[in-house]
Formats: sequence, C-alpha cells, structure tokens
Amino acid sequence: MSLTRIYAVFIRQIFLFKGNPVRLVAVFLWIFIDIILWGFISKYLSTFGAATFSFVNAVLGAIILWDFLGRIQQGVMTAFLEDIWSQNFINFFTSPLKIKEYVVGLVATSLATGLVGFLAMAVLAGLAFGYNVFKIGLIILPFMLILFIFAVAMGIFMTAIILRFGPSAEWLGWPIPFAMSVFAGVFYPISTLPGALQILSKIIPASYVFESLRGLGGTTLNLNLLTNFFVGFILAVFYLVIMYIFLIMIYRRNLKNGQLSRFSAES
Amino acid sequence: MSEKIVLKVSNLAKQYQELRAVDNISFSIKAGEIVGLLGPNGAGKTTTINMILGILEPSAGLIEISGKDLKNNRCQVSRQINFSAVYAQLPGNLTVRQNLYIFGLLYGVRNLKARIDFLLKDFALEKFSKTRTGLLSSGEASRLNLAKAVINKPYLLLLDEPTASLDPSIAQIIRQKIKTYVNQTGSAVLWTSHNMAEITDVCDRVIFMSHGRILLSGDPKTLPAEHDKKDLEELFIAVAREPLSFDK
Repeated sequence: MSLTRIYAVFIRQIFLFKGNPVRLVAVFLWIFIDIILWGFISKYLSTFGAATFSFVNAVLGAIILWDFLGRIQQGVMTAFLEDIWSQNFINFFTSPLKIKEYVVGLVATSLATGLVGFLAMAVLAGLAFGYNVFKIGLIILPFMLILFIFAVAMGIFMTAIILRFGPSAEWLGWPIPFAMSVFAGVFYPISTLPGALQILSKIIPASYVFESLRGLGGTTLNLNLLTNFFVGFILAVFYLVIMYIFLIMIYRRNLKNGQLSRFSAES
Repeated sequence: MSEKIVLKVSNLAKQYQELRAVDNISFSIKAGEIVGLLGPNGAGKTTTINMILGILEPSAGLIEISGKDLKNNRCQVSRQINFSAVYAQLPGNLTVRQNLYIFGLLYGVRNLKARIDFLLKDFALEKFSKTRTGLLSSGEASRLNLAKAVINKPYLLLLDEPTASLDPSIAQIIRQKIKTYVNQTGSAVLWTSHNMAEITDVCDRVIFMSHGRILLSGDPKTLPAEHDKKDLEELFIAVAREPLSFDK
C-alpha cells in the first residue's frame, strides 16, 4: 500500500473543492438548512413536551450524527462518481494505483468532508439553538467510529453497485441514508417500530449507536453501553469486510469481461 | 536500436463468450523501436492494448514487460509503462499542473516539481499551467496527454491513435515529440493509428491485425511492395477487405 498514491486520490478531490468554491457552498448550504429546519421544528415541539424532555437535544443530536453518516457514505460514492464523470477511470487504473489504495483514498476524502460537515453542524447548532453535541462527553467518539465504519461500508457497497451496473445506478445511493434512518432508530426508539421491523434494526449497526446516545440524553431506555458498542462495532466491521470483498469481486469480474476498460459516464 | 526486449506478448487471446476478440497473437518490441499496430475497426488492437495496460484480463497467454510477468507484477510493471489515447482524456475540471501532479504521484515520480516544470516547458504548456484542462484546445490537450504519458519516463509507451482529430501541423509536432522521446530514452512504443502516412513516417515496424489475428508484419517502407501494393494504405485496405488472402 503506497501512501503517495492514496494521497494522489485524496488530493485530486481536494483540488476539485479548491478549483470550484461553489462545491463548498453546496456542502454548507445543506448543513445550514438541516440545522435551522430541524432546530425550529424541535423548538416548536418542545412547547408541547414535558419540561424534563428536550426535543432540541434529542432531534438535533440525531440529525448531526446521522448527517455525519450520510456525508461519509455519499462522500465515498461521489468521489468515485467524479472519476467516472471526468472519464478519469481508465487513467487511474492503468497507473500503478491498486484498488485498495483507491478505496482508501476515497474514504480519506469522505472522512475529511464528513468531519468538516460535522464540526460546522456542531458549531451552528450551538450558535443558533444553544445545543452542544459534545455535552455527553467523549463517549460520543467510539459511537461515531461505528457510524464512520458503517458509512464507509455503505459507500463501498454503492461504489461496487455503480461499478457493476454503471453510473445510472447512482440514484440508488442517494436515498440509502434516509431509508436506513427508518430502521436505525435515529429519531425514535426502536421499540416504536412493529416487532418485525425491530428485527431489521438489530442488524443495522447505527441502531446501537442511536439507542445508546438517546439513553444518555435522558429518556427511559435501559442501557448497556458496552454491549451496544461492541455489537454495533462488530456488525459495522463485518459489513465493511463483506462490502470490500463484494467490491473486489465486481472489480475482478469487470477486469475479465472488459467492463473496466470500457467504463465511462455513458455506461 | 537495442536488442533488449521491452515487451513480449506470447499466445495472447481474449474470448468474449462467442467472440474471439484476440486470437493467439505473439509479438515483441525491442528498446528504441516504434511498432505500429494496424488493422480495421474491431481487429483487436485496443483489446490488445488494454490487456497490456492491465485493465483487461487475457483469456490465455503471457505478457512480459522488461522480463516481468504483468499478471503477477502489475503494480511494479505499471510504473514502467504509460499510455495516451484519444478516449482517455485527463479530468477537465483540474488544471494542467494539478493533473500532472496527481499522475506524477501515482507513478512515483521523483523530484516531481522539477519534472512537471520540464514537461510544461518541453510541451509548450507553461502558459496553460493554471488553466483547467477542459478549456484546452484539442492540440493543447493532446500535448498534455503526451506529457502525462511520459511523466514517469516509461520504458514502454502505448499510444492509441494519439493524433486522431488533430490538424496536420499539431499531429506533426506530436509525432516529432514522440520520436525525440524514443531517441533520447530508448523506450519502446506501440502505436495504433489509421493514418498510414503517419505510420510510414514514424514506425520501424508494423503489425497488421484482422479478426483478432496477426496477418502480417514487417517494415512499413518495404512491406507494401512485398505484397504487390503501392503503399501502406493500399495494403491496409486489402487486409481490411480480403483478410483471408493474407492468412498464413
């Protein structure tokens, strides 16, 4: 594994932001809209709730962490799509670049944009609504690690799907975080879901994160933080390994059938 | 021209279900040699180049570059080769310098800044250094593609129609650049083109392909006469229309 080649993949994406500041505006605009919209909705809902429960705390915290996950997943996917849209794929894969270096480069890019987005959301939530995402302490960091690993796994899955079916399959990648949020218990406890859907929640690593952090926020959930962390972490790593193997299988298939050499934005 | 073999292709084949795109071909290229790979559309030229580039897995056969098997040494071998093709433009949303920087990193070029400065000057791209690649004219983009193709001083340069769609003046400049590069470095070049005058001018040897097979090979200046044809273009047309008459 060459750090220089990983850096090349990473810096290629950073150059895109540097060369076109409109891309940065797009990143921060959605952050602004999310925080302001959900902040005011939570504030309004708080007027109906019990004095002991803060909707702002429950919803804004969830929005910030869920956006972090979505940003990482879509960051991996869009960085990959950039290479397809600019027809750079063939140039990259005729160079000494290895597929694993390419994937690490994409993940590094999405981590950078995901962290910038997370910090921007945290600052904005603090300034606009007095919400401090770090008030629950450093315990948030290991749970963010689970979200990061799971998001990377989903990003790699989408990369594999696009590599298999062509860029027209990208539409599948955009609603994944929204669809997943239904079962991950982002905005409500898993117990709210019907029994059958709760089973689905059990295999989504993010559900362990939100159940745990919601508990720390002061609801009535019984917590076993350590168990939740380990189950969520092991599931996330499991998905990461499976999705990476899936990507490598698709890559090798494309090497054999010629799809890699013919891959283009029109595929 | 050295006797050292840079590229050796042995019994190479590519099968797509019913279609035999490349059918058991063998050839080699020596250091300092420019070889033209010719043939009608669908003859198997680009398939052959893609296999040598490592982005298409052969169904059978062996590709060796500087004595190393490509299949088992792809990363190491890829450092010694590079390519330019009309269908593989560099990202248009990056500047000329940024593109060279990224590919310099990928190919592990030492003293990268100095190498980029040299290439910008050598390919008359200095004033476009901060220009987005997508804004370049065809000629400027071709010069940039070629600059990228030699950034790692490759032993083997694969050029798939490098002068297609260029005006005669720019095409001549590109040809001259490649010839100069080969003379200075002793690299080997595999060149595909449909411009027979260009091939006659540049190549030391040509290989004619049709239906995935090698039908003829030889000196582009003497080969047409050996087959009672006026020039390389007439020979090309004959190979394209009557491949069976050349089949060994």
